[in-house]
Amino acid sequence: MRVKVLSRNPDDYVRETKLDLQRVPRNYDPALHPFEVPREYIRALNATKLERVFAKPFLGSLDGHRDGVNCMAKHPKSLSTVLSGACDGEVKIWNLTKRQCIRTIQAHEGFVRGMCVRFCGTSFFTVGDDKTVKQWKMENPEYGEEEPIHTILGKTVYTGIDHHWKEAVFATCGQQVDIWDEQRTSPMCSLTWGFDSISSVKFNPIETYLLGSCASDRNIVLYDMRKSTPLKKVILNMRTNTLCWNPMEAFIFTAANEDYNLYTFDMRFLESPVTVHMDHVSAVLDVDYSPTGKEFVSASFDKSIRIFPVDKGHSREVYHTKRMQHVITVKWTSDNKYILCGSDEMNIRLWKANASEKLGVLAPREKAAMNYNQKLKEKFQYHPKIRRIAQHRHLPKSIYCQIKEQRIMREARRRKELNRRKHSKPGSVPLVSEKKKHIVAVVK
Amino acid sequence: MAEEWLGTEAAASENEDEDELQEDGERRHRQLLEAVSSLSGRKRRRLAERTEASVQVSEFNVSTKGTGEKLVLSELLQPIRPKSALSSVKNELTRVKQKAVVELPLSKEEAKRVVREAAYVTTSKDVGKWQQIVLQNRRAEQLVFPLKQDIAAVVPLEQATSAWKARTPLEQEIFGLLHKTKQPITDPLLNPEEAALLQAMSLEEARQRRAELQKARVVQSYYEAKARREKKIKSKKYHRMLKKSKRRKALKEFELLQKSDPEAALARLEELEQLRMQERMSLKHQNKGKWARSRAIIAKYDLEARKAMQEQLAKNKELMQKVSVELPEEKPDDVPEEDLTSVTIPTIPTDASRANPWLLGKPSSPAKEPEAQEGQGDILEPGAAESKEEMEEEEEEMSEEEALLQDFAQKRHMRQQRAGSPARQDADVTEAVSELPGDIPVPLICTETEVSAGIKLPTDVQEEVLLMQQLDRARTMEDIEALASEESVEQPEELVAGGREMGVQQPVVAGAKAKARQQVAAGTGAQQLVAAAAEAREQQPVATGTGAEMGAQRQPEERRAGARPARKPTSQKQLISLQAVLEGQAQEVQCPSLPVVLEEEEGGIDQRGVITEAFAGDDVVADFRREKRKAEQDAKPQPVNLVLPGWGEWGGSGLKPSTRKIKRFLRKPPPAPPRKDQHLPHVIISEKRNIYAAAHQVNELPFPFERHQQFEQSIRTPVGATWNTQRAFQKLTAPRVITRSGHIIQPISAEDIPAAARPTLEVVPELRVQPGQRRGRTGL
Repeated sequence: MRVKVLSRNPDDYVRETKLDLQRVPRNYDPALHPFEVPREYIRALNATKLERVFAKPFLGSLDGHRDGVNCMAKHPKSLSTVLSGACDGEVKIWNLTKRQCIRTIQAHEGFVRGMCVRFCGTSFFTVGDDKTVKQWKMENPEYGEEEPIHTILGKTVYTGIDHHWKEAVFATCGQQVDIWDEQRTSPMCSLTWGFDSISSVKFNPIETYLLGSCASDRNIVLYDMRKSTPLKKVILNMRTNTLCWNPMEAFIFTAANEDYNLYTFDMRFLESPVTVHMDHVSAVLDVDYSPTGKEFVSASFDKSIRIFPVDKGHSREVYHTKRMQHVITVKWTSDNKYILCGSDEMNIRLWKANASEKLGVLAPREKAAMNYNQKLKEKFQYHPKIRRIAQHRHLPKSIYCQIKEQRIMREARRRKELNRRKHSKPGSVPLVSEKKKHIVAVVK
Repeated sequence: MAEEWLGTEAAASENEDEDELQEDGERRHRQLLEAVSSLSGRKRRRLAERTEASVQVSEFNVSTKGTGEKLVLSELLQPIRPKSALSSVKNELTRVKQKAVVELPLSKEEAKRVVREAAYVTTSKDVGKWQQIVLQNRRAEQLVFPLKQDIAAVVPLEQATSAWKARTPLEQEIFGLLHKTKQPITDPLLNPEEAALLQAMSLEEARQRRAELQKARVVQSYYEAKARREKKIKSKKYHRMLKKSKRRKALKEFELLQKSDPEAALARLEELEQLRMQERMSLKHQNKGKWARSRAIIAKYDLEARKAMQEQLAKNKELMQKVSVELPEEKPDDVPEEDLTSVTIPTIPTDASRANPWLLGKPSSPAKEPEAQEGQGDILEPGAAESKEEMEEEEEEMSEEEALLQDFAQKRHMRQQRAGSPARQDADVTEAVSELPGDIPVPLICTETEVSAGIKLPTDVQEEVLLMQQLDRARTMEDIEALASEESVEQPEELVAGGREMGVQQPVVAGAKAKARQQVAAGTGAQQLVAAAAEAREQQPVATGTGAEMGAQRQPEERRAGARPARKPTSQKQLISLQAVLEGQAQEVQCPSLPVVLEEEEGGIDQRGVITEAFAGDDVVADFRREKRKAEQDAKPQPVNLVLPGWGEWGGSGLKPSTRKIKRFLRKPPPAPPRKDQHLPHVIISEKRNIYAAAHQVNELPFPFERHQQFEQSIRTPVGATWNTQRAFQKLTAPRVITRSGHIIQPISAEDIPAAARPTLEVVPELRVQPGQRRGRTGL
């Protein structure tokens, strides 16, 4: 009896030496693989669906504060360390991997208004409502209650602080912007331009002598530390809460505004913002750039955080949970993977920056599949079905209703303007672009 | 109060005399004034008026009342005596007065604004240096973060072996050797030069260099391939054209050079001379090679071979032709040489002289008057024309300028023919011969040429010329105009001349032959010429006495050859080939008259007719009609056949269901609604749109795309591994941004930027000057 079995000639698949290229038993003749577009379309559709299925961005919350979290700071050298300051004057240092508080300091009486870590990561500064600037060591003290390294007693309340990226210099803001040498108890120079309380000051991470600040008289002021002079002031329709410099593009910064929008400016052309980012339905309280400079995250009073691509006018992602209240502060971690947000209800939440990303080490095939899926999603992003799935987000009712309401309002305003233009002398009602609409003036 | 005052005044005027009255009036007036001033609340300060001299003079009450001048401060300082202590003060005062008034300083706000503006401009310029890098990063296909890639550095052996020392004799010996040869000991991988090299070239630069090299190699291989291809081309015609074009180019360049830099041109000429000498030394092109010998054997029977041989000979001559340098000093030198040649080789047979290049090398002669050249040209051109008529190949190659020149020559020739009277025919031949050795006077040449022109011009030649002119007509508009006027006049005369000189064709040919031997020294004189004529006679039995004339014509020709080296090669070639062709006269009957007529006929055919003829096969309208009918048929709803064979009756092969059953189970659908293109005969409207597919399709062009083709293209190319090789798949699906987990991404800094982009960052020096301070110093 003869038994037939499948048999292959080893010459067809065995390499002579291991240095030879692997034989690919594959024929790429396009005639043999028809319907490439429909097949890829289906794959893209599936990838999009799976992305939505796996979109679970919330990783965990760090609880322990006894009041709303007012400010946060990233550690420049350690990814797992993050600092937070609360409204009761307490500062906590967290270990993210363990999701534990490793240290608690009662730093101030009243709010901790701002905090920043020295560029080397050995110490950090806090400012509070008690008119003091305090410098603290990063490590735990050996024993007992801990004392700050330095305390500077000021005349007025400081509302914000930021450290220089390379030198032993920091800047505080309150009634004026003060630039301090770490070794001295009086500021190196004070920069003023009019009298108003300044809510936030930020050093440019690339051109480190540049500073940006936003004051409550609705303006954003730029300063040059070298020349110890303000440079230019742009006045917007409403107050800017804070601003953040792009870490990859020296002249770009984004301002979080009370009018629900964020404005990305090029500091060389302040007459109109580069992009107006609109999606929030309440005041935007904080903004932070991703370390790649391609995206930024914003925290809003509407109890959500949103991720915007730098060059897009609308957000690509919105995060919210039932228990999360007004988000006061937000940070994007320096490995571009996570987002931290501190909110009113005393919690710090940890999110994935990419909602459906698989955490942990990926096998090469997984990685390839992920890249392929990403590419497919990108390729077919304009197809209506795919777009619908990719754009679908669940929103809490309050935000959803407000979005609808605001859309109606915007539409009404637009219609009114249209009608006004239609019924008045041509040219008398000029067409003002969305970008220009929010800028009141630029002061030299 | 006024009344009271008036009352008292009236009373006083009555009883007091004039003086008292006045004094009293003054006092009263003062009182009145005081009273009035006391009435107003404030006390007005009144300047005390000093009217008389007194001992105590208040310095504050100096007045200049009455003088009508202003009091000048310097006058007060004027001393009574010329010199005083106050002079210095006065000088000071005058100096101070002369100084210009200092401008008001800017207000504080203003000054601050100026400072801010200046600072803003410089700062934004400073920041602007990142522009290029930012754009580059935004456009980048792939960005890898962190930007600063820490390359795993090899731990230098220096550190690893710091404690270690060479102890054993072998080790010491080895180290000694290494020291001697300056080999690196601590870092065994690189010696200092290599290290420097490595440092000098970054990865980016190396990549750039490699790309450049690759490009260069590609270009080189491209040129090589091109050259090889060109070399392989067998077409003789192509190569001939190529050579010709090269030659022409070289000539043009040379002319330019002559104009721009005469010295360089001279140097070039010398080079040519060198080449010529080499040619003479090398004995190339003398029909002595293998090929030439084989040709020589065939030449008897094969016209082509003969032609080839002669061509080579011509080339030889051409190469050995001495390049003329037009210098006036050469003239006296030339004459004796001429004499010498005439003396030493007087009776060399023409054939030998033709073969022997040594005899042909003719020293250059000085430039001649234009008339002489012209006349000489006239002589030459008919010959050239003849060569043309016989050699169509040559004609084709003839460049346009040459054709033009010929045209002119022919026209001139005709004019001369018209003017040339029979009286001139008897121009003294002997006189011409006697004149030969020396400089020929211009008028004589003119007559001679005219004579010769008058003699030759047989009818067939005339025809050819006319034809050629016809061909040339298309070339320039001037030609057409000129000919239109000339033709009518010329025709009869030419006919007459042709009738007169019927059968006198041969002299012309002989003349041409003589010209072919133009290199023969002019000084050889009559014998040689007679020999040439004899030869001509041998070939063409009908001979006339014009041989001597031809000889006389030769000298100017030579001169022209000397004067215009540029023109030489072509004409010479023509002449030689002419001679070659003369033997085989069968070829000369090629004449383009027939095709011309045909062309005209074809031109008459209607354009439309041509098109209909071309597309005679396909009837588009009928096709469309058929198509539409088919579409209509297809769109009609088809009846549904629900017949099940074998159900309720016998089934099997060869058995058909009954018609009754078919009729019953064939479901006819309701008629379709009328087509929309029912009344539109030229249109097919298809209503088959798949709405289910439409839901998945993009219905408007997405933003970054400008044309729908672009978008479709982007969709059409598959990215999957099913359709692409592994490598292509990896490339196609490479992510835009790569980050490493657990790595901190620092903000960009100048050190992160590759060396290629860095210069842009360093162009703008940092401004450390504080404009605020500077402004403060200068402004205030």
